[in-house]
Amino acid sequence: MTEYSQIFISAIGIGIVLVAAVLLFIFSLPGQRTSPRALRPIPAVQRLRRAIGLAVEEGKGLHVSLGKANLVEPPAAITLTGLSTLERITQSSMISDRPPVATSGDPAVSILCQDTMRSVYRAGNVLESFDPSQASLTGVSPVAYIAGALPVGGDENIAAHILVGSFGPEVGLLVDQADSTGAVTIGGSESLPAQAVLFATAQQPLLGEEVFALPAYLQAGPFHQASLRVQDWLRWGIIVVLVVGTVISVIFG
Amino acid sequence: MKMKSPVATSIAIAIGLITLAGYFVPLAILQQIRFQLLDWAVILIAFAALVGIANLLIVHFKRIQSTSSKRDPLSLVVILAFTATLLVGLIFKPSSAAFQNIILKIQRPIEASLMAVLAVTLAFASLRLFQRQRGTVAIVFLVSTIFFLLLGSGILGFLTGVPVLGDLLELFNRLPVAGARGILIGIALGSLTAGLRILLGADRPYSG
Repeated sequence: MTEYSQIFISAIGIGIVLVAAVLLFIFSLPGQRTSPRALRPIPAVQRLRRAIGLAVEEGKGLHVSLGKANLVEPPAAITLTGLSTLERITQSSMISDRPPVATSGDPAVSILCQDTMRSVYRAGNVLESFDPSQASLTGVSPVAYIAGALPVGGDENIAAHILVGSFGPEVGLLVDQADSTGAVTIGGSESLPAQAVLFATAQQPLLGEEVFALPAYLQAGPFHQASLRVQDWLRWGIIVVLVVGTVISVIFG
Repeated sequence: MKMKSPVATSIAIAIGLITLAGYFVPLAILQQIRFQLLDWAVILIAFAALVGIANLLIVHFKRIQSTSSKRDPLSLVVILAFTATLLVGLIFKPSSAAFQNIILKIQRPIEASLMAVLAVTLAFASLRLFQRQRGTVAIVFLVSTIFFLLLGSGILGFLTGVPVLGDLLELFNRLPVAGARGILIGIALGSLTAGLRILLGADRPYSG
């Protein structure tokens, strides 16, 4: 690759990031915000909301699984989305008789899970109710993580399992175990093999970018809802570029 | 809105922006700072690994000592296996043939057998899909699974030379790739906005 083409690619990268950042800022301004009611319904989210309500009523817990990714590789974005989801779910269900639990396959992520849950308990003035073992590392290799999370999957006191993170096809074992207890299973991942497995196994799969929209649908804040609009705008931009590029390549060979 | 822990947030945003700039702008000083920051991150993550593993052990020790329904004898197996692996790793080296023979030749077959169980699990899960979703989605899933299974097996390979059918086969071979790219574009956009929320301080996966 020549120096000029590298500069060109870097310029495009910077351009996309800047445009996305400006749009995100604009769409999060008070006059520009999207009402949560204006979002298209996602069946998995509606089921999750019901599951959270039922879990609190029945005194059952919720399990958030953040997968195997660490924080220095590209799947970190889905892990961070999982942490936002964990924060919202902890806020909604910490008053339940059984507190929410989180599992992950990376030590740093498990510490962040503890930190996220602790800060929610602190904000709710119930810090004494927080037990650090609510967020645990269950294994450090992909299969070991799933094997370690299976007892949580088989816990009959868990009302719903929410899987938001980086998984491999082995996630099917965890979902199957959870399904056998009658719990609700909702799952999404950035990995295509995991998405295929979740589509077949989870009661409510989250496909493609739906998984990134989960915190926005759980009303995590105006920035999350603004980011959905930014994704829509950028998607239209990509569609236009693809169509124009195809037409140009057909006409000019 | 009152900003929580502004110092931690400011440091995180500044470091994020410097690292991002170092990725795009080919200035030597920015590259040096970026690599230095990433080195520090790797060291921090190594310490986090120690803390995470300590936490794992504490959780399993508590389960052994617990008198309630949380008590799990398998936790003892976890602790013993961990101790044995640690000792073997310290006595030999993780890359040594002895370590590979002792530990990995136990771990890998167990993982492989779990994956074999997964194959059966997925077959049954696919059947359950029809119980859950008896509609167009289930039919499309069934038809596409059988069709692409046949296509991938190469059983239709003899049609590649036939004028129209060969072109159709090529088109069908490209369909999953096109679908996968569509999904990946969506995931890339989701990742971009998730990263930007962190950079703008809207999402903070740390309490500070």
